[in-house]
Amino acid sequence: MFADHLDTKIGTPDVLKVANREGYGEGLLYAGEHNKRVVALCADLTESTRTNLFADAYPERFIQVGIAEQNMASVASGMASCGKIPFIASYAMFSPGRSWEQVRTTIAYNNANVKIIGAHAGVSVGPDGATHQAIEDIALMRVIPNMVVIAPCDVHEARKAVLKAVEYEGPVYIRIARDPSPVVTTLESPFEIGKAYTFFHKDSTHPKTVGIIVTGILVHTALIVAKQLNEEGVGVSVLHMPTIKPLDTAALDMFGATHETIVTLEEHQVAGGLGGVIAEYYSEHAPKRVIKLGVQDQFGQSGTPEELLAHYGMDAKTLIQTIRAIE
Amino acid sequence: MHYLSSEDVVHLEKKANEIRQSIIEMLVAAGSGHTAGPLDMADIFALLYFSVMRHDPTNPNWEERDRFILSAGHICPVLYATLAHAGYFAVDELLTLRKFGSRLQGHPHRQSLPGLETSSGPLGSGLSQAVGMALALRMDNPYTSQFVYCVCGDGELEEGQIWEAAMLAGKEGLHNLVLIVDRNGIQIDGYTKDVMPLEPLREKFESFNFDVQEVDGHNIRAMNDAIGKAQSIYSQPSVIIAHTIASKGVDVFERDFRWHGNPPGKGPEDRVPKSEQAKVALEKLRTLGGSIIPSDR
Repeated sequence: MFADHLDTKIGTPDVLKVANREGYGEGLLYAGEHNKRVVALCADLTESTRTNLFADAYPERFIQVGIAEQNMASVASGMASCGKIPFIASYAMFSPGRSWEQVRTTIAYNNANVKIIGAHAGVSVGPDGATHQAIEDIALMRVIPNMVVIAPCDVHEARKAVLKAVEYEGPVYIRIARDPSPVVTTLESPFEIGKAYTFFHKDSTHPKTVGIIVTGILVHTALIVAKQLNEEGVGVSVLHMPTIKPLDTAALDMFGATHETIVTLEEHQVAGGLGGVIAEYYSEHAPKRVIKLGVQDQFGQSGTPEELLAHYGMDAKTLIQTIRAIE
Repeated sequence: MHYLSSEDVVHLEKKANEIRQSIIEMLVAAGSGHTAGPLDMADIFALLYFSVMRHDPTNPNWEERDRFILSAGHICPVLYATLAHAGYFAVDELLTLRKFGSRLQGHPHRQSLPGLETSSGPLGSGLSQAVGMALALRMDNPYTSQFVYCVCGDGELEEGQIWEAAMLAGKEGLHNLVLIVDRNGIQIDGYTKDVMPLEPLREKFESFNFDVQEVDGHNIRAMNDAIGKAQSIYSQPSVIIAHTIASKGVDVFERDFRWHGNPPGKGPEDRVPKSEQAKVALEKLRTLGGSIIPSDR
């Protein structure tokens, strides 16, 4: 059954769809109002990243750096060293994609208090094609010491992630998406950096148990699949892992102890992404089978989000087939 | 601008000489590291840390301090030596350069050592950070007299990020940013004019809306005047192209790009055998190139 704080319209035709970048934009605006140290920088993508809400309200605290993502990362590091809390926003493919070394050396190695917003992440960017579909960003960021990595599941969680990132002292990467996605959480849903949450508890009378671990906007897919399969007699739970680093190992220990097989689901390369993280953890601490759904060492391409999620095996149909096939 | 008396200039030249001697001693103890850039920037570092900048070695995080960003992280021996002589830490610690467990990492790590404003090594990102600091200080006070000084190597200007940062500095008209380019004409692979010609450098910076000055980087009074002018310009960021002699102070190493990335003892042998390089360098510095006997100092 669903966690009781979740939106009651999950899985119904009435489910609200909002892009989680809206949550970033609203969160940054709110943070800017309540904390004068918050500043924002953008590399010519102010409106599509929703940084424009902050830029319009606080132009004196907004820096338009032009199309120069490497410079943006290091300028933000310099501002952070003078007490500011900079948010830098661009498409994830360019920031932190293009600016990886600047993020590593000038932000993370300095433990600079910079928040990196990677917008338009995942294949769900759609028609723009592979050049604009960041499906390696989680891997790139999680291997850097000091870096926190968060992939919010919806608009509410994205807003909460921004506000928690302001409170947190140190570098944070937040991955957000362009396309409207189902709203699964509510204002009451908990969110803390470093915490995973069980969003769906399996029917414990079922003999076969499968745990889905999911991050980002595919949470709704995991939830509707869990509901359907439990009705069919398979004990499926959903653990939502918005923070990929630091890892909530206590939640993984509990989840691992109560599920025979784990299936991970993410809009990212499984190598180095959530799938890689989970496989690394369980192989060392509680060996069990981990099936990784996500992009399998391929580039994306143009298409609608639905077409692409189906093609690369991140849709409900693939998830159901995968779980049914588990012996 | 701070006026320099004749005594001040002599004092700063003496500091620069002490810094150069420490650089040689550190590099010899480390057995690796860069020689040419640290030696040729010693005069400018002495001027900045012993006269120009507002800073407090007993309170490295003093909020009112000027900021110094070493973008060319590989010339850190001159920064470490200057910080030690200024009192940020003991001069003895300089001999731990590049050793396991040392606070003096092979390239600077801000978290490790007091007085460092950033970590650097990968070239081209220090100017961006300096721009960020100048922006932040100006956000807090549009008329701020807190200055951000950034040192880049000339070869470093081949990095594209430098020009991204310069574009933003020019756009924002950052009056509190002073870039100093170590124009020693060399980089690891050879002379900059052969590896990648940078000229016309003055015109490049002018077209990015910088005020540009070209100065003899070993003339302390001229450098002080140039920094004073840079501080007085309110509408633009400034760059001082400091023409320097690679490995300045040790004539047998000077102007030779092969000293860019080698310490004494591992440099080219055609003028001084490897086994004599450290001794000769220290002797040259202690006698000002043989013009005085060491006890005169």
